[in-house]
Parts: sequence; structure tokens; C-alpha cells
Amino acid sequence: MKAYQRVYTQLEGITKATVSLRAKGVSNDELAVVAGKLAQVVRIKGDVVTLQIFSGTEGIPTNAEVTFLGEPPVLKVSDQLAGRFFDAYGHPLDGGPEIEGEERQIGGPSVNPYKRRQPSQLIPTGIAGIDLNNTLVSGQKIPFFADPDQPYNQVMADVALRADVDKIILGGMGLSNDDYLFFKNSFEAAGALDKIICFINTTENPPVERLLVPDMALTAAEYFAVDKNEKVLVLLTDMTLYADALSIVSNRMDQIPSKDSMPGSLYSDLAKIYEKAVQLPTEGSITIIAVTTLNDGDITHAIPDNTGYITEGQLFLRADTDTGKVIIDPFRSLSRLKQLVQNKKTREDHSQVMNASVRLYADAQNAKTKLENGFDLSDYDVRCLDYAKDYARELLAIDVNISITEMLDTAWKLFAKYFTPAETGIKQALVDKYWKA
Amino acid sequence: MKTTGIVTGIVSNLVTVLVDGPVAENEICFIDLGGVKMMAEVIKVNGKYASVQVFESTRGLRGGDKVEFEGRMLQVTLGPGLLSSVYDGLQNDLTTMESVFLKRGEYTDPLDHEKLWDFTPIAQPGDKVIAADWLGEVKEGWLPHKIMVPFTFQGAYTVKSIVPAGQYNIDTVVAVLTGADGEDVNVTMTQKWPVKVAIKGYKEKPRPNRIMETGVRVIDTLNPIAEGGTGFIPGPFGCGKTVLQHAIAKQGDADVIVMAACGERANEVVEIFTEFPELIDPHTGRHLMERTTIICNTSNMPVAAREASVYTAMTLCEYYRAMGLKCLLLADSTSRWAQALREMSNRMEELPGADAFPVDLSAIISNFYARAGMVVLNNGQTGAVTFIGTVSPAGGNLKEPVTESTKKAARCFYALEQNRADQKRYPAVSPLDSYSKYLEYPEIEAYLDETVEPGWVGKVKTAKNIIRRGKEASEQINILGDDGVPMSYHVNFWKSELVDFVILQQDAFDAIDALCPIERQRYMLDLVLGICDKEYEFEDFEKCRTFFKDLINVLRQMNYSEFQGEAFQGYQDTVNQMIA
Repeated sequence: MKAYQRVYTQLEGITKATVSLRAKGVSNDELAVVAGKLAQVVRIKGDVVTLQIFSGTEGIPTNAEVTFLGEPPVLKVSDQLAGRFFDAYGHPLDGGPEIEGEERQIGGPSVNPYKRRQPSQLIPTGIAGIDLNNTLVSGQKIPFFADPDQPYNQVMADVALRADVDKIILGGMGLSNDDYLFFKNSFEAAGALDKIICFINTTENPPVERLLVPDMALTAAEYFAVDKNEKVLVLLTDMTLYADALSIVSNRMDQIPSKDSMPGSLYSDLAKIYEKAVQLPTEGSITIIAVTTLNDGDITHAIPDNTGYITEGQLFLRADTDTGKVIIDPFRSLSRLKQLVQNKKTREDHSQVMNASVRLYADAQNAKTKLENGFDLSDYDVRCLDYAKDYARELLAIDVNISITEMLDTAWKLFAKYFTPAETGIKQALVDKYWKA
Repeated sequence: MKTTGIVTGIVSNLVTVLVDGPVAENEICFIDLGGVKMMAEVIKVNGKYASVQVFESTRGLRGGDKVEFEGRMLQVTLGPGLLSSVYDGLQNDLTTMESVFLKRGEYTDPLDHEKLWDFTPIAQPGDKVIAADWLGEVKEGWLPHKIMVPFTFQGAYTVKSIVPAGQYNIDTVVAVLTGADGEDVNVTMTQKWPVKVAIKGYKEKPRPNRIMETGVRVIDTLNPIAEGGTGFIPGPFGCGKTVLQHAIAKQGDADVIVMAACGERANEVVEIFTEFPELIDPHTGRHLMERTTIICNTSNMPVAAREASVYTAMTLCEYYRAMGLKCLLLADSTSRWAQALREMSNRMEELPGADAFPVDLSAIISNFYARAGMVVLNNGQTGAVTFIGTVSPAGGNLKEPVTESTKKAARCFYALEQNRADQKRYPAVSPLDSYSKYLEYPEIEAYLDETVEPGWVGKVKTAKNIIRRGKEASEQINILGDDGVPMSYHVNFWKSELVDFVILQQDAFDAIDALCPIERQRYMLDLVLGICDKEYEFEDFEKCRTFFKDLINVLRQMNYSEFQGEAFQGYQDTVNQMIA
């Protein structure tokens, strides 16, 4: 018990997510315990303090005991974090001992932009839909946009385990218990447990608790990246459920909602998380790969829309009806940092091959529309359609696992199989060098 | 005596303060959080309660914490040394902060007080001067940086004394002026100015009468922006807003460029200060960073400072304009600024307008755009602030308040299209929806006749018509099928594809194609229009397609080759043979 703890026993208001009471000397963002449940100060108005109860207000009586803890949420950081599983509060889930280490406030200040370095390290994943078309770079922040039925968690686990990083930190929000166990088993099977740290809120836990998970994960990430100069990969799944929790709290606080009943501060709230991705002047870096689930592919909804403006691209998963495989959609996906590594860390023909292959795939989509409308196809249309099938199967599908040079060679092979050099529109010098006659 | 107060309410960064004296709207105050002084701005007063927006995180702030009011508005420091700086939204120098993480209440000086500048007097003792008149000059990089009579000075002054040419730091009194009341006032190389007030100090603001070259064909050729003009770039994410803005920053024909990164990604700012010191300004041959100032309030920095950042940036531009320089202000993105306004309005529980934005959003945006413009200074010289803002419409839907309000205020509209971006037709500026009102200005038309070629605006309209006809043809082809339309439809469609691929599309990452000077733009447009002018006969549409595809390929190779170089000429010969 700390000396400055104050105890109150008279609640004035209770909603599903918040309680309010009269209290003095309370500081903004500080933690409190209300009837044994953890809570945080979200509003002070004169003497009236509003607290957000992370696990929900079920069963809290108006005479509940409220104890203020005097400081915002903290995480104890040390090397002992490695290999451990925690809940949203940073308490061990795996039956192991509590962590000993320095207490750090979560959701801390941002890195001075001038102290950042330009990301320049390629993160190869073996998946051509990523490496060839949307190359990832360390220090980048990028989400998967996927409908709930897509295997995004599997792809994310593959990417994490293939990436050359020192630590993988998983922040699970509203994760189903099955998916939690899937991650645990994949990490175990890969023998990678010693570099994994997990903060897990499952669907069985209260939704508002989720709000702590990204900050917990990123505080741990900052410890390893800043203090230990390590390359850290943070996986956040599912950010849509995180945003839903934000809207619950804002709604209970009577805030005027903006688009899609989301709080007006959604952009800033999401940016605070994603902008923790950083390449430091030392070797240390934080890369964030997140998941934003979509409602029937709708990217205009406030959550994916705001996310898209914050993150450095997005990877769009969809089922391809031609090949029956899940592919990374080349039109809707984008890695904004790809030009920092393409043709520099990869072969000189990378960006031109990428653009040409996508443009031809677009031509195939046009041909497909013609076909569906019952028109005759030209010879070029037919070639495009055949190319599209091969391209989807050999390069876009998520089950591809080859090197980037192999991806480029595969693309040149497909060009030569179906097109003339002029139809690809690639610079003559590159055609002369790489065309597979 | 300063007004003081105590904190009585906190919701995120909106703090209510009970005050003991007079406070002004937009007055600056400092909130004391355990010895850390956090800057805040008054945004509403209700009786004895002032609502202030805090430019920092309010974590740990308590009811009862002390507040001190400064009796002034948010202001910036103006003087030599602003260029090449990286500031936050409140003009703190980010480069002199030591820790990796930003610290609350850490405010750094925007200018170097030790550095000596080579001062040359312009005015002489006995000269009559008014605010914004030039007293002397220092060389900032290669730019003549004028030391001016402070903008706040009212009425006429007489120069009593001025220091001789020599090296001085910015705090040296370089001139003494005598006011009409006989009082002497000292003038140093720096002055302060409140950011939310426009700097006047010029004789008149005429209509813009020349264009600002950007090296981007779809802008310069099709929708040119005037020097001192305004434009905006709305578009869904992933359509290349930032790439286009960076291209303009790199290539824009301006003396001074201020980039306001307003609620955007930090890595984009990093890209600027990593690449710009290496890149060369195509107009002067100097390093780009020498003419660039970055104001950065990235998306994870305090929301309230986001609004300040665009005003700070505009004030710096106006300062350099008063020196007779051409300034370009790029703000990415004004939607984030509008969202910051929305967040505050929401916390103050104001009645919301459309999409929960404050009702005066439109007025705020037009006021801001109105600060751009070309001006004639008191000494007859001209200066200009050209402003291009980006807008990030929610869901890519242009029928939202920020886009609509901006459309009323800005004269150029560069609509980015998802469809074009999906097809990798970059820059994804829609050729038909976009416009430049300046093409309708007779003075601009005359300027283009003279500097590019006679009848230029007519040619631009012809090019747009070709695209429009091509679009109509392609719609018909889609409805009726390839065989269901006359051959002329195919020819029209492919002519528009030719204009699209050769003129509209441009590779921002290719060393040569990225920058297309106006002379080269003229050459290529004339070439393409010449091709489109011809009549073509084809046996079937396959032949038509092949002919134009091959032609497009050769013309694109021209875009990738050095202008008038050997390879370029070779491709030109090939084109001539193909169309012969």
C-alpha cells in the first residue's frame, strides 16, 4: 500500500463502462481500483471524476470502495519478458512468476521525429504478394485488411516466423481461444518461444481491457528496441476490435460520435499506436504488422479508412475464384516504403517487373469484365486471362515461399510465355538483359 | 500583473481553468505540472472559466494545478536561420533536443543566437520607413534575407542610425528608428509575430499572373498552378498524395519551401530530411534542404499543436514573401487539422455541424487559403506564397465537409482517383475532374503564350478533349463490344490512351522522367497532339490496338531518355517512321 492512496465509497453514476464519483487531488490518466476492478481516470470536472472500468461495471454497487493508485498503467520491463505470456494488465498467464524489472508507464511519449532514421532494411517473407509487390521494411507499420473468414492470423504467424528479427511481440485483442492456441503452438513448433512475448485479451475477457493491450505490447517493444538495440516485430490482431472498444467507452461518456459511430479522435488514437513503429539511429527498430478485419471487404468504413491514412500501406487478403487460393490483392495492397529497398536491396529490375505484372493483371480484369458481359475476347485478352491464372497461382498466392530473385525470374518467365516485350512496357535496357526468350 | 488560474476540469487535452483576471481568446498560458510548464491556448471563455487546449499530454495533471497566462497569442520568432530547420508545430527546434523521446514542456529556441551573419545595410540614416520596409540584408545560404522594420510597428519612423556592414548575431541592435512621437526604438535581426494573424505590410495583392513550374506534366501542362495561387489534392489513401507532394517540393520553382507535416506519418518527414540534403534544386543547383523548412506535427504528436503547425508554416512563408521571395507552402494534410478542430469542438460539447465537424470549418479554411497570394511590396517588388494542401477524405468520398469547404477556397483541384491508382497510372490525378481556374485568367493565358508557345491554352484544351472523347468511346465499347462500334471509336479511345500514357503518367521514381521541364512538356505535348491530329485507317481493332500500343511504348521510352539526347532522337525517328 502506497502512502498517498485515497479511498472513497460513494459512486454518483454508473454506466456499462464507466463510474463517476466526487474525489479530490486525482490526476488525469491515473489508475484506480473500483470494487476490486482496475479502472482509469478519463475525465475530471470540478470534483467529479469519471473512471473507465476495464473489465466492465457489472455488479459494481454505488457504495463500492474506490482506491486511487496515483499513477497511470505501468509495465515492468526486463529481459525476463522474453518467452512469456501475459494478460492485458501485464500479469502472467502462463503460470510463471511475475516479472522483476523497471516500471515503465505505458502509452509514453513519442520519438522525436528528427531522431528517427529512414527505414532501409528489407524484411523478406517468402510470400511474393508481399516481397515482390509490397516489400516490407523494418520500422514500417502495415496492417492486413481481411474479411473475418480469411486466414490472416496464419499468414501473420508465417511472416513473423520467417522474418529475421530479435523479438516477436504479439498483442492479441479479442482473439478467439483457438487462435491464441494456434499462435502458441506455431511459435512452439518453430522453436521460437524464447523470442516471443505475448499480451493476450481473448474473446472471453471484457472488451474494454483490450485498450491496454497495444500499449503494453509497444512498451515492451520500446524496451527491447531502444534499451537493447534489438529488431522487434509487433503483431497486433485485431485492431478492429480495439477500435470497437474505443467506441464503447466514448459512447458511455456521451461523446458525439463521428463517422460509423466511432469517436472523433479515432485517427489520433490509432496513430498513437501505429506511430510507435520506428527505425532508431542504433540498430534497434520496431516494425508493426497488424490486422484490421473488414466487413465484407468495405475499406471505406471508419476503422480501415483511418488506418489506411496512418499506416504505411496495407496488405489486402482475398479469395481468388480462378485459382481457388487466397491471394494478396495486388490492386488494393500497397507498401509505401517499398521503394526504399526495391532495386537497392533487390535486383535492379524489381520495380519495373512489379509494375508491369500488375498492369497486365489489370488488363486481365478488364478482359474478364468483357467476358462476363458476353463480348468476344481478342487474342490479347485471352493471353491476359491465361497469364492472370499463372500469376495468381505462382506469385500472388499466400502459400508461395521463394526468394525475391526467384519471384522476379518467375515474372519474366510469365511475360515471355504470354506477351511481347512491347506489351509489358518495361524499359528496353532491362528487357535486353532479363527477357527469357 | 499576469492573470493566473487553477485547473478545474480535464478531458484529454481540453483543460478548464478558473481564472482570477482578464484572459483573451487565443491567449497563451502555461500549466504547471510538478515543475513542468506545459503550453496551452485559450479557445473559449465562459464566465470565470477558460477552456484551454494543451499542446502536450495531460497525463498526471490534477485539479488545482496552477496556470499562468502570458498576455499574448501564440507567436513565432522570425529571423535569419529559419531555413533548413526542422521545427515542431510550435516552432521548437527538434534538432537541438537531446533525448530520443519528446519530453513534455521541453521548448527549444528556434534560432541560433551565437551564429554571426554578414549584414549589409539597405536603409540609411534619415530614411523614412514603415513596417516591413527593408533595413538591411544578410545572406541565408544563397538567399538574400532582408532585415525588416518589425511588422508590429505602427505609423512612420525615421532611421536614426544603422550599423555598418559586418558580422553580427541576431540579437545585435542593427538599427535605431525614431517614431513620430520622437521615441527611439531598437531593431534587431529578429521579431515575433502571432501566427493566427496574417502579415500585411504590402501595397496590394494583385491577381496571380504567371505559373509556378513543378516539373509534373499533369500539373504544369494540364492544370497549371499560378505563382501565389492555391490548390489542393484530395484523394483516398494509397493514391499517391504524398509522392505527388514530395515531387512538387523537390521540383517546384520557388525560393523558399515550407512543408507542414500536419498529423501525418513521421517516416514521411524522415524521408524529407534524409533525402533533401542530398538532392539538388533543379533551378539553382543548390541543395534542396537549403531552401526548405519543415514544420512537423506528426500524427502521434499532441493534437492541439496540429492546428498551430499550419499557421506557423504560413507565417514563415509570409515573412519570406515580405522579402520579395517566391514561397511555396505544402501542407499534408489539412484534413488532420480539421479533425483536430473537431476533437476540440467535441470535447467542448459544441453543437456539431456536418460529420461532427465544427460549424465554422468552412470559414476557417477559406481564411487560411486567403493568406496565400502574390503581393506587391511597398518598394514595388513582388513576392508570392503559393499554397498546396492535401485533403484526406474519409472513405475517399469527396462529398465530405473538408473537401467541400476546400473546394470553395482553392483555385486548383487535383483529384486523385482510386481507379487510376489501382491501374498504377501515376500520378493518379483525374484528367477530367481536376481543374485549374488559372487557365481561365487572361493574364495567365498571355503569360503562357509568351513563355511556352502561342496558343498554348488552346492546345491544353485539345488534349483534355481527346481524353474526354476517349472516355466516351471506351464507355461505348464496353456497352456495345469491340465489334459493335465503328473503327473511329477505337481510334479515339487509343488516342486518349496515348495522351494518358505519355503526358499524364509520369514515373516519380525515375531519375529522368521525374522532372519534366516546361520546354520538354511543350515538346511532348506538341508531338502527341501532332500524332492525334492525323487520321488513321485500320483493318480491324486488333491492328489499331497494336499500332497504338507500340507507339505508346516508344514514346514512353522517350520520357525515360535524356531530352534531345541520342537515345531520345532515336526514338523520335522511330515514331516518325511509325506515323509516316
